[in-house]
Amino acid sequence: MPEPAYWVAFSHLPGIGPRRFDRLLEHLGTAAGAWSAPDSVLLRLFPGAVGERLVAARRELDPEVCWRAVERAGIRVLLRSDPRYPPRLAAIADPPFLLYLHGTLPADDAAVAIVGSRRASPYGLAVAESLGRDLARAGVWVVSGLARGVDTAAHRGALNAGGRTLAVLGSGLERVYPPEARSLARAIAATGGVVSEFSPNTPPLAAHFPVRNRIIAGLSLGVVVVEGAADSGALITAQMAAEEGREVMGVPGPVTSQGSRGPHSLIRDGAALVESARDVLEVLGLHVPDPPAPATEADLKEDHHRLLSELSLEPRLPEALAQRTGLEPGEVLAALLLLETAGRVRRVGAGYIALPTGS
Amino acid sequence: MLAKSLGCTLVGVQARLVEVEVDVSPGVPAFDLVGLPDSPLREARERVRAAIRNSGLEFPLRRITVNLAPADLRKEGSGLDLPIAAAILAATGQVGLERLGDWVLVGELALDGRVKAVTGILPMALAARAAGLGGIVVPQPGGAETIGVEGVQILGVESLAALAGWLEGRARLRPPNNGRAAGKVACPPDFADVAGQRMSRRALEIVAAGSHHCLLIGPPGAGKTMLARRLPGILPELSPEDTLEATIAHSVAGLLPPGAPAIAHPPFRSPHHSVSVAGLMGGGRPARPGEVTLAHCGVLFLDEFPEFHREAREALREPLEEGTVNIVRAGTAVTYPARFLLVAAMNSCPCGHWGDLRRSCLCSPPAVLRYRARISGPLLDRIDLQVNVPRLEYHEIQGRGQSEGSAAIRDRVLRARAIQRRRFGNSGPATNGRMGPGEVRSFCRLSAPALAMVRAAFEQLGLSLRAHDRILKVARTIADLDGAGELEPEHLGEAIQYRWLDRDLVS
Repeated sequence: MPEPAYWVAFSHLPGIGPRRFDRLLEHLGTAAGAWSAPDSVLLRLFPGAVGERLVAARRELDPEVCWRAVERAGIRVLLRSDPRYPPRLAAIADPPFLLYLHGTLPADDAAVAIVGSRRASPYGLAVAESLGRDLARAGVWVVSGLARGVDTAAHRGALNAGGRTLAVLGSGLERVYPPEARSLARAIAATGGVVSEFSPNTPPLAAHFPVRNRIIAGLSLGVVVVEGAADSGALITAQMAAEEGREVMGVPGPVTSQGSRGPHSLIRDGAALVESARDVLEVLGLHVPDPPAPATEADLKEDHHRLLSELSLEPRLPEALAQRTGLEPGEVLAALLLLETAGRVRRVGAGYIALPTGS
Repeated sequence: MLAKSLGCTLVGVQARLVEVEVDVSPGVPAFDLVGLPDSPLREARERVRAAIRNSGLEFPLRRITVNLAPADLRKEGSGLDLPIAAAILAATGQVGLERLGDWVLVGELALDGRVKAVTGILPMALAARAAGLGGIVVPQPGGAETIGVEGVQILGVESLAALAGWLEGRARLRPPNNGRAAGKVACPPDFADVAGQRMSRRALEIVAAGSHHCLLIGPPGAGKTMLARRLPGILPELSPEDTLEATIAHSVAGLLPPGAPAIAHPPFRSPHHSVSVAGLMGGGRPARPGEVTLAHCGVLFLDEFPEFHREAREALREPLEEGTVNIVRAGTAVTYPARFLLVAAMNSCPCGHWGDLRRSCLCSPPAVLRYRARISGPLLDRIDLQVNVPRLEYHEIQGRGQSEGSAAIRDRVLRARAIQRRRFGNSGPATNGRMGPGEVRSFCRLSAPALAMVRAAFEQLGLSLRAHDRILKVARTIADLDGAGELEPEHLGEAIQYRWLDRDLVS
């Protein structure tokens, strides 16, 4: 079997991360050679419980079965030694030695990570979605973790704009988490990519997520933290980005909201304050496209303008909108629907918000 | 000696005449009752014996055989006590036979000879009339529901002794309640009492105008019950036929307010979610109309809809589809009327706060989906409007002065109903809500901009095609309320907004 098959086999063994894999290659030359090395050799390289678990697991595993399974699942395997391995990711301290992939990766293309809270407020979700949309429109890959909340909103924004987005998983590709994100993952893989460092059937253990965050940071030119509590995973990603010399950016939020603590502390520590995709592109020194012509402005009638003037990123009930605009309930509902199909407003729970226009 | 009298038994919401034949002959004293009586009826023997003795009359110590004909009809209830006693008295020569052939007798007997009330007097009076009989004697007090029934004489009797006197021609009986109704029926509550909630009120106006089943979704305390209770007040007044059908159903269930002659307003029924399938649909022993029949010509409000037993929820499909419910018991099928407007209510999720702008929802997305899935596909398919009733803050319900009253809303509803009568004529559905696919195709044509709006909405909002016809029906009612002929984008736009649960579950 080919050498990559043995890389895949090792990635299925417990306790083999990039560093230990490097040790194997250093001492034994190739993964194929390492696989057929006697137990004693491996136990000497990895003394104690680590070596014992490794040796036991190797006995149970058939590399050919693993390799065929990966092939059958249509998963692409990208080795660190491959010239197509993203250079930006290869540059980090301990890049994954192997990536499992559906779709493609941003190699040289501009890519920006959007991360944030899983329990984001409607404000945070709207901002994440707009950023995803507008960055994608500008031809930039949107990288995130497929988690509930900000990640999902960013992915959706990019997809709705017909752009490319990459989801980095904390589990194997056959165990997409959270479960309701499976169809989203399929949609992402169609135009962008879904990638994982973990073997395909790896479950989404909590410890995996900080580890995969380094990949999110590593693939991107910069990380935008949209919303996050003071101790959230998004801040870990931001820190990793800083350690790798990538740009860290934060979106401010209402001072009354817990979700603003994370981004605000980053900004205090020197991260760039960004309000829009335009700001992000400027911080990264990327080309800023001309703002899109305000589409269908002419199709909006007076009712619609009156509603828009009462809407903001703070969600409002249709009841309140009827009261403030003086429109009849039926008129409010019909106008909101039209504005929604025109992409100007978004339903959030029981209320509506105006979407940022992205200029 | 042989004597016959006439009584009644209930089958569903109809009364069937029962011929009571009594044979008294010499022999070992016995008292046999045949003709498929049910349990309360079998106990009539004890009641009749004591009542006759305690009325100062003679109970024969002979061989008594009572046959209730027709022999293959199950007889239920205790209302046959009176004709059985009368026939025994006639068979022993204690009263005359004359009137027994032309008058139906109805009543339960107490041991002291008093006549006690039974349910279903109204359909029994109608059965007597239909059989061309002279009249019916019913328990007094009671029987006010027969006031206004013409073509048959109705008299009330208080005791077996009084009946005996009347049968002998010695005494007179008067109509029940002297022919006057005692009670006043309360009016349905008014929308003027509700502060704010203009969006929900608009939705209920559409519900009333087109007779659309609806689902109210909102947190506890938002006002779903308050709003639902006011729906009967904006529905058209009951037609004479509907009044009769609704009153019969309540009469059979024994639920007419005392002294009230009829159901004056569309009924409002709101059973608790622990109701059994029999309680909801009807049946049981003795057979009683269920909530769906008591809501006939009115509103059935099912609050906390996901908490109803699954069998009960599923059983609703029949009345929603057919307007009747078939109860099969011991091989016979009885049909009850059950044409009602359904208002179901539920939270948006198990904790109740999904979508609330100020409170966080604690439920995981799978839990929310599981909760919503309890209102199953086929049932949701029968519901034309899904309305969000949000929790309103104080400042959101203030400031607009007096809320519009039900009378004004009902005027608009009646105008829209008139348009529907002209549209459908005498054949076919009476309202937009009852349109079938053929009628939807004929009467819900979309203008070109309206069609474009519908397409855009379906593509972008993740609506399923199942919702399509329902949206058109609601748009038709909205256009009728607007006095418009063709369906325009704004009618469709508003109609699409009443698919609150169907949209993408974006938290």
